[in-house]
Amino acid sequence: MNGLGKKVLSPILLIAGILMMIIALVLDFSGAETTLRGPMLIIGAVLFFVGLYLFPTLRYHRAIVYFIFLFPLLFTFAVTVIIPLILGIGYSFTDWTGIRYTQVVGFANYTAMFKDPAFIWSVLITFLFVALNMILVNLVGFLLALLCTSGLRGGGFFRASYFLPNLIGGIVLGYIWQFVFSNVLIGLTGNISMISQTKSALFAIIVVYIWQYAGYIMLIYITGLTQIPGDVLEAAKIDGASPVQTLFQVKIPMIASTITICTFLTLTSAFKQFDVNMALTNGTGSVPNFLGNYLSNGTQMLALNIYNTAISKNNYALGQAKAVLFFIILAIVSLIQVRMSNKKEVEL
Amino acid sequence: MGEGRQVGKGVRIRGAICTVIGIVIAIYVLFPFYLVVLNAFKAQTSIVESPVSLAGAKFTQLLTNLSSVVNNSNFNFWYAFATSAVVTIVSLVLLALLGSMAAWVISRNHKTKWATAIYMVFIASMIIPFQVVMLPLISTFRDVGKFLGISMLQSIPGIVFAYLGFGGAMTVFILTGFIKGIPYDLEEAAAIDGCSPEGTFFRIILPLLTPVITTVTILNGMWIWNDYLLPSLMLGQNGKVKTLPVAVQAFVGSYVKQWDLILTAALLAILPMIILFLIAQKQIMKGMIEGAVKG
Repeated sequence: MNGLGKKVLSPILLIAGILMMIIALVLDFSGAETTLRGPMLIIGAVLFFVGLYLFPTLRYHRAIVYFIFLFPLLFTFAVTVIIPLILGIGYSFTDWTGIRYTQVVGFANYTAMFKDPAFIWSVLITFLFVALNMILVNLVGFLLALLCTSGLRGGGFFRASYFLPNLIGGIVLGYIWQFVFSNVLIGLTGNISMISQTKSALFAIIVVYIWQYAGYIMLIYITGLTQIPGDVLEAAKIDGASPVQTLFQVKIPMIASTITICTFLTLTSAFKQFDVNMALTNGTGSVPNFLGNYLSNGTQMLALNIYNTAISKNNYALGQAKAVLFFIILAIVSLIQVRMSNKKEVEL
Repeated sequence: MGEGRQVGKGVRIRGAICTVIGIVIAIYVLFPFYLVVLNAFKAQTSIVESPVSLAGAKFTQLLTNLSSVVNNSNFNFWYAFATSAVVTIVSLVLLALLGSMAAWVISRNHKTKWATAIYMVFIASMIIPFQVVMLPLISTFRDVGKFLGISMLQSIPGIVFAYLGFGGAMTVFILTGFIKGIPYDLEEAAAIDGCSPEGTFFRIILPLLTPVITTVTILNGMWIWNDYLLPSLMLGQNGKVKTLPVAVQAFVGSYVKQWDLILTAALLAILPMIILFLIAQKQIMKGMIEGAVKG
């Protein structure tokens, strides 16, 4: 487009865009019952951006392009993450119902959740689940990686099949395993399904989680193991190191950073575990006596507890306060991770 | 000579043991998939009688199961499949495009304060769990929808918008790391030849990003296709629009213990992902590793 065209078109588009947006906003605030206001606002915004792009300037053209390139993603990010986060932290101090709130209640939601034995139980089993998973998934993943790098024939097939469960979404996975536990393995467990008893159901969730996740962790360990220089292993062999010595004194120290990555990957994903928990047991399971109370949410992890508090029991403010606590726990875990990986880098 | 042969024999025995262990584990890992496929060929009574054996598996039964699942009004397989496909593909294309645009701007201004600030906010946001934003997100989207007169909940554009917001941080993080490694000389040469900044990006930078865009697309794709919580909250359990995981949940909820139908539905739900994996196995595994190591 030539310079004159730009000079005429750009201001027209800019003004038209701004006008359309203003009219749409006025209609919105006045609550007019016209369906045009939404599309009008969007078209107005698009016209504004086109006008801005065509703005006849050489000096600021680069800055304008930068702005137009950054804006869409930043806008969606702000609307879906930043604004809800700030609102959410605010709502956790009110009696929010999911639609509106009438008063600020201070820390009442936070004190209420610690008086609820069902919630404390959820927190405790989540920590237990996370700790066990972190250890077991890493152990299984690492052993599988050793197996796959030990000169196994058809290694590609084994890698792919161990990784396969990771492709399937947690909901479908949960139902498949519900079938396995209650129809197939029931013969081995004395005609009582593993997922109907709280203790064995927690164990079942761990089994499914390892099944789903160990293959992925294995892939990362394989990458770490294959990056160990061949001459280091050769040198260890010449010095007469046994395979066990090589493993503990050469291989494991050399993949320390991979171990950190995998540990925190399993840690955060185990904390957020939701889909499998919901589809496999939906959090049910009886606990006869916990702090003097009978509980029926024996297998309910933290994420599912938050969901049920807000969505099923319709207590949004309490659910939001629990979610904020959940966020704080995860933030602390992530900060420790950053600390640790920075330290490692300095040491190297 | 003798010793060498012995060592060779030892290695071979070790290899054989490893292979046997490998096969045993593979059988364990693949066993649930076998059960799904096998029992999709059976009627409810023979599933309950013998879930593991081949007895009662008939091809005609598979067709019966398939037709009752696909035509079920709670499941509505083709519609759910199409919804999931549209949501995933549109989100992935937009994330790749808008993500590279934003990452390019950030990495070309990484010495300025504003770009550093935006980058830091993106990175920090990656620790935010979905649970802490999900409830206000729904109310915000409901309000925005009412305000604009465009439904943000129960609509495909609304979900795509949310995935752009949630996927943006990781996408920008991985892409920025890659773009920083592209020499700036390339762009300067183009600028001297009279190429505009946007022209430089689309003609020179974007084509160079193919490998890293593949990685982020795989990472985002696996997550978006399988995601349950976000669509279930935004679309509702009984809404008109359903993605595949939401449809499976709604279907299973209405047919408790009807394993012939549930397992056939599960088979339909996992089949697309497995087919994709068989086609692009190497890229998917590579993408997943890179995402973990960089993230």
